[in-house]
Amino acid sequence: MPTFVYMTRCDGCGHCVDICPSDIMHIDTTTRRAYNIEPNMCWECYSCVKACPHQAIDVRGYADFAPLGHSVRVKRDEEKGVIAWRIKFRNGKKDMDLLAPITTKPWGSGTHVLSEEDAPTDAQRDSQNLFNEPKYIRFDDGEVHTLKSNGLEMRKGVAH
Amino acid sequence: MKYKTIVEDNIDILVCGAGLGGTGAAFEARYWGQDKKIVIAEKANIDRSGAVAQGLYAINCYMGTRFGENNPEDHVRYARIDLMGMVREDLLFDMARHVDSTVHLFDDWGLPLMKNPKTGSYLREGRWQIMIHGESYKPIVADAAKKSADQVFNRICVTHLLMDDAKENRVAGAVGFNVRTGNYHVFKSKTVVVAAGGASNIFKPRSVGEGAGRVWYAPWSSGSAYGLLINAGAKMTQMENRIVLARFKDGYGPVGAYFLHLKTYTCNGQGEEYESKWWPSLQEIVGKEYLDPEVSHLSHRPIPTCLRNHAFISEVNAGRGPIHMVTMEAFQDPHLEEIGWHNFLGMTVGQAVLWASTDVDPKYENPELTTSEPYVMGSHATGCGAWCSGPEDLSPPEYYWGYNRMTTVEGLFGAGDAVGGTPHAFSSGSFTEGRIAAKAACKYIDDGKANGISVSEAQIDRRKEEIYKPMETYRVFRNEITAGDVNPNYINPRQALDRLQKLMDEYAGGVTVSYMTNEKLLLIGLKKLKLLEEDLEKVAAENIHELLRAWEIKHRHLTSEAVVQHTLFRKETRWPGYYYRGDHMKVDDENWHVLTVSRRDPETGEYTMEKAPCYHLVDVDKKETDAA
Repeated sequence: MPTFVYMTRCDGCGHCVDICPSDIMHIDTTTRRAYNIEPNMCWECYSCVKACPHQAIDVRGYADFAPLGHSVRVKRDEEKGVIAWRIKFRNGKKDMDLLAPITTKPWGSGTHVLSEEDAPTDAQRDSQNLFNEPKYIRFDDGEVHTLKSNGLEMRKGVAH
Repeated sequence: MKYKTIVEDNIDILVCGAGLGGTGAAFEARYWGQDKKIVIAEKANIDRSGAVAQGLYAINCYMGTRFGENNPEDHVRYARIDLMGMVREDLLFDMARHVDSTVHLFDDWGLPLMKNPKTGSYLREGRWQIMIHGESYKPIVADAAKKSADQVFNRICVTHLLMDDAKENRVAGAVGFNVRTGNYHVFKSKTVVVAAGGASNIFKPRSVGEGAGRVWYAPWSSGSAYGLLINAGAKMTQMENRIVLARFKDGYGPVGAYFLHLKTYTCNGQGEEYESKWWPSLQEIVGKEYLDPEVSHLSHRPIPTCLRNHAFISEVNAGRGPIHMVTMEAFQDPHLEEIGWHNFLGMTVGQAVLWASTDVDPKYENPELTTSEPYVMGSHATGCGAWCSGPEDLSPPEYYWGYNRMTTVEGLFGAGDAVGGTPHAFSSGSFTEGRIAAKAACKYIDDGKANGISVSEAQIDRRKEEIYKPMETYRVFRNEITAGDVNPNYINPRQALDRLQKLMDEYAGGVTVSYMTNEKLLLIGLKKLKLLEEDLEKVAAENIHELLRAWEIKHRHLTSEAVVQHTLFRKETRWPGYYYRGDHMKVDDENWHVLTVSRRDPETGEYTMEKAPCYHLVDVDKKETDAA
């Protein structure tokens, strides 16, 4: 259900080929357009649908349990930081628009560049801390939790 | 051979598989190894790879320690109860004490985490779960990994680890091929973090035909976490602990938010509550220590996932199916209705497609649930994976050999599904494990443990020949027949996968036998797996895409063999509802309150099984422990 590609919309750009986690979106050598070469390895993850610049890719539910005549379409916009969905039922009685944020920061700007951070000290290397810790991992100002700090020990065997 | 050999040399940290575990490793490695060469090899494209490719609507592992919500040991106890005692509590505690810092990094990076407007803390779905708008979870963490890595090789199917020819049992890198160009890639590295995926599609799925792709765990999760490690001779643990999921029927849409946030509940086909009537008979199997509904009711102690499955399966087998999720009450609230749909769109779009196509509106109809085929992985309510060292300040001697998350092969680390005994890590915990492994790998190098590694040309050439053999087989034998896929000299990867799924289903406790197996069945299963192994030497690949599928089935086969060996070894029914040993239908704490550990000799293929002690965290000042 896999995904399928509309002949008149696809221009063979290959964005879907580049992104498909299952390696099943390929370019047909005759039509020079994309298609799903292995529908039974498709997760309906919509990665290709979201990546297509021409909305040329859609999904038709798995033939072994999904009747024809439904639609779940999507438009993902990194610049606006939102994703918009439209779900249409087979019987036409339900037609929903749903919108969700995909990021709270300008796209690609939020992540840490660790090569620009100060190098860790030897004391940090020998500690149990990871980058940025102990920030955010405690209720108080203490260090990373240990068995001792939490009054615990490891005991072998059945422990009911 | 027409394919080029491309060698990437002098790598310090090679990350094989960059889902949540691998991106965590690549990201963190830069901090502890600012001068180190960090390289990612990923089968797909790291922007949308791994189990989180399509997103998530919740982060299922967040302590909230800074908000006074939980301490790490609380989560350890929860995971212990859920897994019927069989967990690595040193690794779990370690993950839990770091995971909050990971989640706050995600917040900094722009992942939309929902907030509780009153307290400012993250919006809880359950005790451990927080709610997110996570459609872009994967591209966001991939961005962090890309900024840390020297190079990302997308579309490389890693098939084998390279071993040091100078020192026994030490890793030296990995090899694989590019699924676009077909080129042979050699990565020579001082350390390797295996963060590849667990295994879907090794048991026959309920769906047939096209729908075979709508598995619960991603179809591209090919058990490479296990295939790579087992082939390198690393010890594995708890591989019998496969998981069965109770999910929305056919679409396998998640139920967590429905239970926890929308407060929906289940009933049988006659509209009755059914779970509690199965508890007395189940208590005879597992004992009061593991199932005490009264205590659970009073203390909110969870009833283990497998035991709830057992009630589900038993009720259906008693003829009172189908089991429904009662959504009609919650969905009258338009806000909750919207959350119910967003939940699918954020992580399992296929379920929304299915309800749209079958006109199932949960506002007016209670949808059906089902129990899935079994899966083998290590980060959900199950803990399959490698036997890894814990951290020095937590681990008892049996669990500690120098470097955190290092397998029993020197320089070879694990994260996510690759690490055994650490269930309930989920996305955030897997990322955290990657961070922990990366720090330890840097230390391993700095301590001089990776000095003097040598990889012979012979090893590199031998692997190259092995990798492309399926294409050679196809070339040689294809024209012996007129057309089609029926050939007396070879099978194709799909035919091999079908055979694997059928035998695992019938002999190792799949859906068609209601998850039942026994020693005799498992022994037959092993025999058939051996024959399949011989036939996999003759698997044929028409093109590079099929070569990818050929290596995936080889990794799935190695995973399956480990599952059957472990299931055979553990002579009890530890997790009713995940699988049943019909010849040992009870939990047997006297003999089997242990972790199972295996090693497959890479030369002979022989398995050695052993028991490892199970340690539990207990309060120092309590005379009588209440650990379970």
